[in-house]
Amino acid sequence: MEEREDCIALQCRQYSASCREFSVRCQPVQLRSLSAATCSVWLAAYWLFVLTQNSMVLSAAIFITLIGLIVYLHFVKIDQESLLVIASLGIQMTSSYASGKENTTFIEMSRVKDVVINEAIYMQKVIYYLCILLRDPLDPQSVSEVVPLFQSSKPRLDCLVEVYRSCQEILEQRKTVSQTL
Amino acid sequence: MQMLSLKASGGQDQTPKAQVESSSSIPMVVLKVFFPSCCSSAESGLLVGHWIPEQNSAVILAVVHFPFIPVQVKQYLSEVRQVTQVNVSVLGTWSNCKKKEESLSEFLEDLGTIFSHEPWIQLCKETDSKFWSCSIIQKHPSTPKEDEIILVYYDQRKVMLSHLHPPGNLTNSTDHKAEDASKLAILFDTVAKSKVLFMKDRYDDGPIKLTHWQSEGVEASIIVELMKQASIPVCMLLTFLLSFVSSVCKSRVLKFWPLCFIWSKLSTCEQLGHRLEHLQVISSNRKAQNQPQLMRKANIFVSLLADVALGILLMSWLYRKNRIGHLADTLIPVADHVAKELQDLLQWLMGVPAGLKMNRALDQVLGRFFLYHIHLWISYIHLMSPFIEMILWYVGLSACLGLTVALSILSDIIALLTFHIYCFYVYGARLYCLKIYGLSSLWRLFRGKKWNVLRQRVDSCSYDLDQLFIGTLLFTILLFLLPTTALYYLVFTLLRLLVVVVQGLIHLLVDLIDSLPLYSILLRLCRSYRLAAGVKFRVLEQKTGKPLRLLMQINPLSYGSVVQTYRLPTYSCYPKDSWGSLCKKLFLGELIYPWKHKGEKQD
Repeated sequence: MEEREDCIALQCRQYSASCREFSVRCQPVQLRSLSAATCSVWLAAYWLFVLTQNSMVLSAAIFITLIGLIVYLHFVKIDQESLLVIASLGIQMTSSYASGKENTTFIEMSRVKDVVINEAIYMQKVIYYLCILLRDPLDPQSVSEVVPLFQSSKPRLDCLVEVYRSCQEILEQRKTVSQTL
Repeated sequence: MQMLSLKASGGQDQTPKAQVESSSSIPMVVLKVFFPSCCSSAESGLLVGHWIPEQNSAVILAVVHFPFIPVQVKQYLSEVRQVTQVNVSVLGTWSNCKKKEESLSEFLEDLGTIFSHEPWIQLCKETDSKFWSCSIIQKHPSTPKEDEIILVYYDQRKVMLSHLHPPGNLTNSTDHKAEDASKLAILFDTVAKSKVLFMKDRYDDGPIKLTHWQSEGVEASIIVELMKQASIPVCMLLTFLLSFVSSVCKSRVLKFWPLCFIWSKLSTCEQLGHRLEHLQVISSNRKAQNQPQLMRKANIFVSLLADVALGILLMSWLYRKNRIGHLADTLIPVADHVAKELQDLLQWLMGVPAGLKMNRALDQVLGRFFLYHIHLWISYIHLMSPFIEMILWYVGLSACLGLTVALSILSDIIALLTFHIYCFYVYGARLYCLKIYGLSSLWRLFRGKKWNVLRQRVDSCSYDLDQLFIGTLLFTILLFLLPTTALYYLVFTLLRLLVVVVQGLIHLLVDLIDSLPLYSILLRLCRSYRLAAGVKFRVLEQKTGKPLRLLMQINPLSYGSVVQTYRLPTYSCYPKDSWGSLCKKLFLGELIYPWKHKGEKQD
């Protein structure tokens, strides 16, 4: 059984010939790190209380911990990122946070030029990321924007290659469609 | 539906084997049918909507029920087409029955011959199943091809009321890119323009019985209707009052030189003028042409209401327990205290400030000059002290015009009370500026050069001996007097900057209240579907052989974009000087005016 700590999981679903969904699930919230953070904040607050003998410090520490936890779960910790590709409509990216909030962006197919894997040199290593190239409305041949995908879960090259191949199959369909029309 | 999952571990490099099976035949054409979710439970009938050939998609707007006379249906649809400019036509049939009946399906196919439409869509739903079947009949297929059908459900009422905000780079697209224009915008447009179609529904007595979003109950609010009726006379009254007020403001009496200078310097007058403009916008009789204008009017109205409410709250707090009296009582001692602190500061400067040695004579002259000013100022304040409470009482009444007006008055009071600091700053800056220019000019003389005004550059020049002698003498005098003047300049500039910062904060708050689009924020909070950034799709349960089912929901705009798009314009510009040029002006002794208003001439 593999360790669950360092794992991310990729799931590919095909709903129909022109519709596919890829979801990458990140590692869940670790109880260990949460408890460690809470304990350190409370220890610091208790030490301050011993110094100043002001009980407001303790209530402030509890308040800060609660607010910090809520902010972390709602705005920072991403549980799952998914990509839905529908050949005739567009590409949709969803990130769902640990608190259940979902952040969705939908890009229409007419704006999508291509889906590619880019290489980037970051400090001492080379990283790969999947991105969508958007077409410039004024100049159809040039790229106006690059939208990177799976920013928080950062899957490795093997996952990216699978997603890339599936995406390319679907994108080819729209080329054949536009050629026949 | 094929499912496959693979795990990738972060530690080692594994290349898991994975295969994705693709379907054997790749469909060539995809047909999209946008179906309103309110019609899912409608009885069998005809599908009425708009066919968009470029996108190969059909937008269903309503269902016409049996019995109907085809001629009347065609006539009604042509009337609707004329009014709405949307190409509404019969697109197909809809059948909702317990199980498939042969006779009904034949009847429905025959209808296809009466209302000819290419392609003819046949949607069929069985009552106890959630998977629908859809078939397309093409009379003259140009090439033999397979059709894949995607069924997209949408909430008709929400799409009709919503306003789409395309992403920033698409808003500049011009008309010739219409074919490239957002497909979603066409969909939203179609539904929004078809309001006339939604007037009649199946409970009306008429030849045509329709089902659409209003079939669940026609929505109207009595309060809204009453307010609409009442707003017309109110607007007319307001316009009359405003024209009277603006004619008074523009009268010649108030335009004489000292008065108009004072009006331009007081921020209260600016704020009142700004609010007057806002009132004029709201009370105009013309209806708003498009959505941004409507939102702007609504934002101004709600912002004014909130402002006045906060102002009245402030007023009720101020006038309770005689707080105005307390304020007036503490004002004079505070002014006295400030003057006393300034006098102490000047005494300190006249002595040995921070261990620096000053030029005794100049020090005494400048110090006595400023001390006399402070003495005059205190005398004026004491002269006014019996009237302060009454003035404050009446001025406090103007808080009912709005919190922004009250804050502007506060800023003006601060400016008036620290007027002596402003005067000192101007004197110190002018002296220092003169000194710096004198020094730079005499420094050039010292080196045998001169500023050529014609050519705007430094040229060499031969001076006479007596010119050089006097120039060098003056240069030495100015140079050794520099520390004293510089110190006075520094102290008063710092004081002035402090006052400017306080006034600036108050102006920032006033601008925030002025420009915040409260109505848009409330709309985003309560009816988030009205402001749409885009759409999102959710894939519903699938069954092989049946068309792909998607649910389209509205993706609301984020709060940051709402504030950015609907911000109300304000009248003041923030400091345009960069930090570098500000420091340069301070070093050279030029006067700084950090808060300039739009429309003022540049200094």
